[in-house]
Amino acid sequence: MLGVKARRRRLSRRFAETLERSRMGRLLLRSVRPVGQWFRSGGWRPWSFVGPALLLIGFFLVYPTIATIIRSFFGRGATLFGPNLEFVGLANWKFVFTNSTMLMALRNNALWAVLFTTFTVGFGLALAVLLDRVRYERLIKSIIFVPAAISGVGVGIIWKFVYAYKPAYIPQIGVLNAIVVAFGGQPVGWLIERPWINNFALIVVGIWMWTGFCMVILSAAYKNIPKQLLEAARIDGANEWRVFRRIILPLMAPTAAVVGTTMVVMVLKIFDIIFVMTNGNYSTEVIANRMYKEMFNFMNYGRASAIAVVLLILIVPFMILNIRRFAAQEGGR
Amino acid sequence: MKPRQLLARTPLHVTILVFAAIWLIPTAGLLITSIRSPSNIAATGWWTVFPKLFSGGQFSLENYAGVIFKEGLGRSFLNSLMISVPATAISTFVASFAAFGFAWMKFSGRKVLFMLLVGAMVVPLQMTFIPILPIYRKLGLSGTFPGIWLAHTAYGLPMATYLVQSFMSGIPKDLFDSAAIDGASPFRTFWSIVMPISIPALASVFIFQFLWIWNDLLVALIYLGGRPNVAPVTMHIANLVTNRGADWELLTAAAFVSMALPLVVFFSLQRYFVRGILAGSVKG
Repeated sequence: MLGVKARRRRLSRRFAETLERSRMGRLLLRSVRPVGQWFRSGGWRPWSFVGPALLLIGFFLVYPTIATIIRSFFGRGATLFGPNLEFVGLANWKFVFTNSTMLMALRNNALWAVLFTTFTVGFGLALAVLLDRVRYERLIKSIIFVPAAISGVGVGIIWKFVYAYKPAYIPQIGVLNAIVVAFGGQPVGWLIERPWINNFALIVVGIWMWTGFCMVILSAAYKNIPKQLLEAARIDGANEWRVFRRIILPLMAPTAAVVGTTMVVMVLKIFDIIFVMTNGNYSTEVIANRMYKEMFNFMNYGRASAIAVVLLILIVPFMILNIRRFAAQEGGR
Repeated sequence: MKPRQLLARTPLHVTILVFAAIWLIPTAGLLITSIRSPSNIAATGWWTVFPKLFSGGQFSLENYAGVIFKEGLGRSFLNSLMISVPATAISTFVASFAAFGFAWMKFSGRKVLFMLLVGAMVVPLQMTFIPILPIYRKLGLSGTFPGIWLAHTAYGLPMATYLVQSFMSGIPKDLFDSAAIDGASPFRTFWSIVMPISIPALASVFIFQFLWIWNDLLVALIYLGGRPNVAPVTMHIANLVTNRGADWELLTAAAFVSMALPLVVFFSLQRYFVRGILAGSVKG
C-alpha cells in the first residue's frame, strides 16, 4: 500500500508527463513550475506576514489616492466614476485657486501653519527647558499634556465655553469675557469678530491642544543632553541665555525640526476644532472643512477631490522628508 | 535655599504657574459647569461657585443623567467602545505581523514597500474618502461597525507598523538563530518569541491607536453617515453643538463623558502613551 502523500506525488508526476507531450502543456508547466518552487522554498512566507497590511493599505490609501487625483478632473455628482460624469479638465482646479472661500481657506491654513507651529514648538521647547529646573515637573507636565489625550470635539466645547459671549449688561459666563469686563472692557465675540480675532482664537485652541505633545518629545531630547556640557559653559562664565542660545538650541534643533514638521502636517489637515467651533463660518474656513462641505453638503465630488489633492500636494514635501529621514536611518544602521 | 536664590527663581516659578493655570482653567470650567443647574449656568459664571463652595445645593449630577439617558449619549458611549476596541485590536494585530515581516524577513521589494508605508503615514485621509465611500455603499458597509473597523485598521496601519517594526528590529539576532536551530518555523518564532518580547511596544501602539480612534470625528462622519444608532460619542456631541448649541448643561456634561475614558487611560497608562509618541517621532 502506498501512503497518501506518495500516491499524490505519483499522480502529479504522471500528470506532468502527460502535459510534457503537448506544446501547450510544456508552456503551462514552464510558467507554473516557478510558482511551485516559490511555494516549496518558502518564498511566500514573508508575504503571509506583510500581505494583509499591504492589501489594506493598498485598498484604503494607495488606490484611493490615485482615484481621487483622476476624479478631480471630472464634474459634480456624488459618484466616483460613471457614464454621466462630465470631464471638466481643470475647472475644479480653477475653482480651488480662484473661489473666494477657497482662497480664504488657503490663507487661514497658512496662518494656522505659521502661528500654530511656531507656538506649539516654541512653548514646548520653553517648557521642556524650564520644567527641568523645578521639582514639580511631572505634575505640570501631566497638566499640559492632558489635552493630547482628549478629542478635538471635547477641546472645541471646552474653548467654546471659554469664549462664550453675553451682552455687556448681563453677567458673563465665559471666563475670557469675564476677565475683559472685570478690567473695564467690552465683551468680545471671540469666535465671530472676523477675520483676525476669531482665527487667532481658534489657533489658540489648537496650540492649547498640541503644546503638550511637543513638550513631551522635546523634553525627552533635552534630558538627553549631557549636563556636564551645560555646567562647563556656566563655569566658563556663560549666562543662562547664552547657554540656551549656543548649546541647548543647536543640540535640540534636529528634534525641534521633526516635531515642527509633524505639527505642520497635522495642522494642514485641521478639521475637528473648526467643525465644532465655527464650522468655517465668519471667515474661519479651512481646507479640510471645505472639502467635507463640498463632499456632503454640495455633493460635488469633483471639487472635493481637487481640494483633497491640494492638501496632498501641500503635504508631499513633508512626505519626502520623512522617507529621506527613514532612508538615512536605515543606511546608518 | 538662600533668600536671594529664591528671589532669582521667582520668575521661573511664576512663568510655569501661568502656563499651568492656562492649561487648567478651561477644563476646570467645563467640569464645574457640568454639575451646575441649567439656570445657574446661564445666569452666572462657573467661578461664582467658589465663595459658597461648601454651602451645598449648588451641584448635582442631573445634567449627566439627562445627557446619558434622555439624549442617548449612553448608547453613543457604547458605540464608541464597539468601534474603537475591535478596530484597535485588529490594527495592532495586523501591524505586528507586518512589522515582523519588515524587520526580520527577506523578500524582494521590502525596502520600497516600507518606504511606501512611511509615505502613507502622512497621506491626508481626505484623499481616500471619495473613492471608498461608493464601494462601501455598494457593499452595504457604510453605517456598519465592520466597515469602520476596516477603515480605522487601514488608516492606523502605517503608523502602527512603523512603530512596532522599529521596536522589533532592535531585538538581538541571536534569539532568532537559536530558535532556527531548534527548528521553529517563522510563525512560531514570531508568535512565541517575538510577540511576548514586544508587549511593551504593542501596549504603546494599542493605547495610541485606541485614543486616536476614540477621539476621531472625521472618519466616523464619513463612513457612519448620519445614523444615530451607530454614532460614536464625538459625532453625537458634534450634532448636539449644531442642534442645542446654547444648552451648556448638555454640552459640558457630554464633553466630559467623551473625555472620561481617555483621561482614565491617559493617567493610568501615561508611560506607554509617552513611549509611543517618542518612538514615533525621534527614532534612532
